[in-house]
Amino acid sequence: MRITIRLFGRLHDLAGATELVRELPGAATVSTAWTVLAEEFPAIAPYARSVSAAVNADFGKMTTPLADGDEVAFLPPVSGGQGPRMHRPEHAHDR
Amino acid sequence: MAELIRLVSGGEPGEPPAGHGAIVTFIGTVRGENQGRKVVRLEYEAYEPLALRAFAVIADEVRNRWPSARVAFHHRTGSLALGEASVIIVAASPHRAEAFSACRYVIERVKQIAPVWKREFFEGGDVWIEGASVDASDEASREEAYRRACE
Repeated sequence: MRITIRLFGRLHDLAGATELVRELPGAATVSTAWTVLAEEFPAIAPYARSVSAAVNADFGKMTTPLADGDEVAFLPPVSGGQGPRMHRPEHAHDR
Repeated sequence: MAELIRLVSGGEPGEPPAGHGAIVTFIGTVRGENQGRKVVRLEYEAYEPLALRAFAVIADEVRNRWPSARVAFHHRTGSLALGEASVIIVAASPHRAEAFSACRYVIERVKQIAPVWKREFFEGGDVWIEGASVDASDEASREEAYRRACE
């Protein structure tokens, strides 16, 4: 299947692109798209734990299945939650 | 701002004003200092269709928490100079307590879940400001915003 990938914030700086079209195997999920992308652009790999995703301009998850023609957007963390939630350790718990 | 006030006042053409007892407004502006850096300007980038989706989610949450409150809000994108407004929020309700809370709740939630990224240009460089991961369905974030709104 062919999908469009959109990158925002620091992710598009690291990848050097804001929009990409990639061919994915059938039964792909958002996670498949991320893996393909992180292999192509290793600089974005550290975002694996903090990145969020949208599919066709609605909130999605890494497990959301993809279909031919879908638009997947990868969203780095936004500015909110500065303070205790900022730069939290990988295994921190929210409360 | 006048447009947003009109939106929360029930002032559709031909419709009487809602007669709210309170309207609270918030304007977020570009701060000249951040974590010891002298800020020169900010650039905001948004994923607009998803931002509108996030705004609708936030408006629904406000309706559930404060049924008598009405809110309207707007976030700018692009390059903004020091002191310029980046976000404006208007909340109206019959009594001031709900209007203050709804207004605060909206800014907390916008900062948590709206896909809007801030790039800070300061003297000597620039940096993307990254805080929390975007998760519109995270209950803990919602409760944190509610706690701040009511403190």
